[in-house]
Amino acid sequence: MEIVLSAAIGVFAASGIWLLLRPRTFQVIIGLCLLSYAVNIFIFSMGRLTIGKPAIMPKGGWINAAEYADPLPQALVLTAIVISFATTALFLVVMIASKGLTGTDHVDGREPDRSGETK
Amino acid sequence: MMLATEHLIIAPILIPLIAGALMLLYDESQRKAKLGISIGSTIALLFVAIELLNRSKGSPLSGGNEISFYLLGDWAVPFGIILVLDRLSALMLLLVALLAIPTMIYAGANWHKQGQHFNSMFQFLLMGLNGAFLTGDIFNLFVFFEVLLAASYGLLLHGSGQVKVRAGIHYIAMNLAGSLFFLIGVSLIYGVTGTLSMAHLSQMVVNIPASERPLFHAGAAIMGVAFLVKAGLWPLSFWLPITYMASAAPVAAMFSVMTKVGVYVILRLSMLFFGLGAGASAGFGAEVLIWGGMATMVFGMLGVLSSQSLGRMAAHLVLISSGTVLAVIGLALSGGGSSMLSGALYYMVSSTLATATLFLLLEPMSREEGGIAAMLALTADAYGLEKDEDEDEEVGLAIPGTMTILGLSFGVCLLVLAGLPPLSGFIGKVAILSGMLGVGGVPAYLTWTFLAVLMISGFATILGLVRIGIQTFWASDSKPPKVLAMEFAPVILLVAMMLAITVKGDSVLRYTDATSRALHDPLVYSDGVFSTRRTVGAEDQE
Repeated sequence: MEIVLSAAIGVFAASGIWLLLRPRTFQVIIGLCLLSYAVNIFIFSMGRLTIGKPAIMPKGGWINAAEYADPLPQALVLTAIVISFATTALFLVVMIASKGLTGTDHVDGREPDRSGETK
Repeated sequence: MMLATEHLIIAPILIPLIAGALMLLYDESQRKAKLGISIGSTIALLFVAIELLNRSKGSPLSGGNEISFYLLGDWAVPFGIILVLDRLSALMLLLVALLAIPTMIYAGANWHKQGQHFNSMFQFLLMGLNGAFLTGDIFNLFVFFEVLLAASYGLLLHGSGQVKVRAGIHYIAMNLAGSLFFLIGVSLIYGVTGTLSMAHLSQMVVNIPASERPLFHAGAAIMGVAFLVKAGLWPLSFWLPITYMASAAPVAAMFSVMTKVGVYVILRLSMLFFGLGAGASAGFGAEVLIWGGMATMVFGMLGVLSSQSLGRMAAHLVLISSGTVLAVIGLALSGGGSSMLSGALYYMVSSTLATATLFLLLEPMSREEGGIAAMLALTADAYGLEKDEDEDEEVGLAIPGTMTILGLSFGVCLLVLAGLPPLSGFIGKVAILSGMLGVGGVPAYLTWTFLAVLMISGFATILGLVRIGIQTFWASDSKPPKVLAMEFAPVILLVAMMLAITVKGDSVLRYTDATSRALHDPLVYSDGVFSTRRTVGAEDQE
């Protein structure tokens, strides 16, 4: 499970960073989404990987904590998902406004000179 | 009454939240009411900040280092989120409140009409700032950072137009990526230590096993990148001048305190985690801060020398200011002593006020070149506003002798930023240097390099600002611009504040002195947090 998870984080992060560095706004926003997936899974994995264990202890008394999953990263990841979703939506609006105002979807708001650019 | 004073700590977060939410209910046509609420809220914030500042000074009994705590939801430490009020937080709260009032008044003259929900977003920005200064939990810090960033995205785009949207895309992308770094850092730290409370972490740093320590350092460094992006450390600062230039004048003035949030967090966390008592981790990251800070100063200095417009210059002055403070934090972290840091805190307050003033001055100064007129025409187009309505309202009380007053205020900013006597910039720089030379905990070559960079950057500031000043005030033959009293009162207020901290320099310095000593003693902070008891369910605790 560790291998699969770390590979997933790695692939998400790598493709996210590559897309983030691309010149089109659509690529940038998809890159940010992929990166935030990678980060969310990473936060989740920081609570240690467990299968089939509940996150909430029954009421009354201290019991073997190793039998339970760490609930905190789950809460953190939920917060992080909500926040990154909202900010990404906001970013999308700005990008659409930029397309409307400048007429191009280049991140700099204008097309670069064609001489060295291959697209 | 006991209850009320206890709950005052959370007031700096709640006041702007409520004011901001309330204003969402108003229609855009009721701008006067909105403006009234916002100014009322910022004044309330100022009073709360002063009260909290007095409280954090404490009594002689506690050695003048009184830290107050507030358990959110009354959860026991370290499971719940805690708000911590110490001298540093109180100082930052006051600085924000002092800046917010003039900025809000300035925005009331014109800018808040250029788009929607300006007042609400401004309040949410204040809420995020205050929350970030008060929280004692690193994940909660992330949440407040997002609050202030979300508000700042809206504020930056306020007034619309191509330039803003273009700068906005870069700014938002940069900060979204920065937030992801923040999250990676937080979760790495949690993975190693199993806690998110700053106080708990500061106690645990010494006992982290050697095999885990690199992971902890990596987490802290990755998290640090997020703050250094905000603080504008070179080479993470290229977004800053463009963004600040593009934003509306009152927004830029408020943004000049936003770089200080990054600086504040770096200062707070490095002193707690990597202070002298941190064992093998002591002084982690100090070199990066020292050299990065100095590189930022050099970069800002070159920027000041090469800029042709005041906006770009002011943005680079923001960089110089935060670079200086970051370098001093680095030096203090590697054992430079507390009096140097105290000088840096003083310098930070005075330079933040000065850069904010400069941003407010900028627009009236360049008005004759069609700055605002062009901008207004553009936004009126974009929003399809009735043009004649706008012009009617613009007729207000214009001030006489415009150029003289503008010039004098500009001169004050110049003196403060360049660090020339007799104003506060000079006091700040002298305090930094005398602290550094007096204690001698820093290697000589570092001391002299820093001294040289600080002096040269001051010199570059004079050159740049004087050049712009001559062009605007002496060499221009155009008619003096019309400046409304409402736009001018805030500038006068800010100048008065700078004069006040100069005249009251000794008491401000005494305060920052005690602040900096308290920062060097993180035990008081962490022990204080752990001795905080729940108010209601205390008997349930073992």
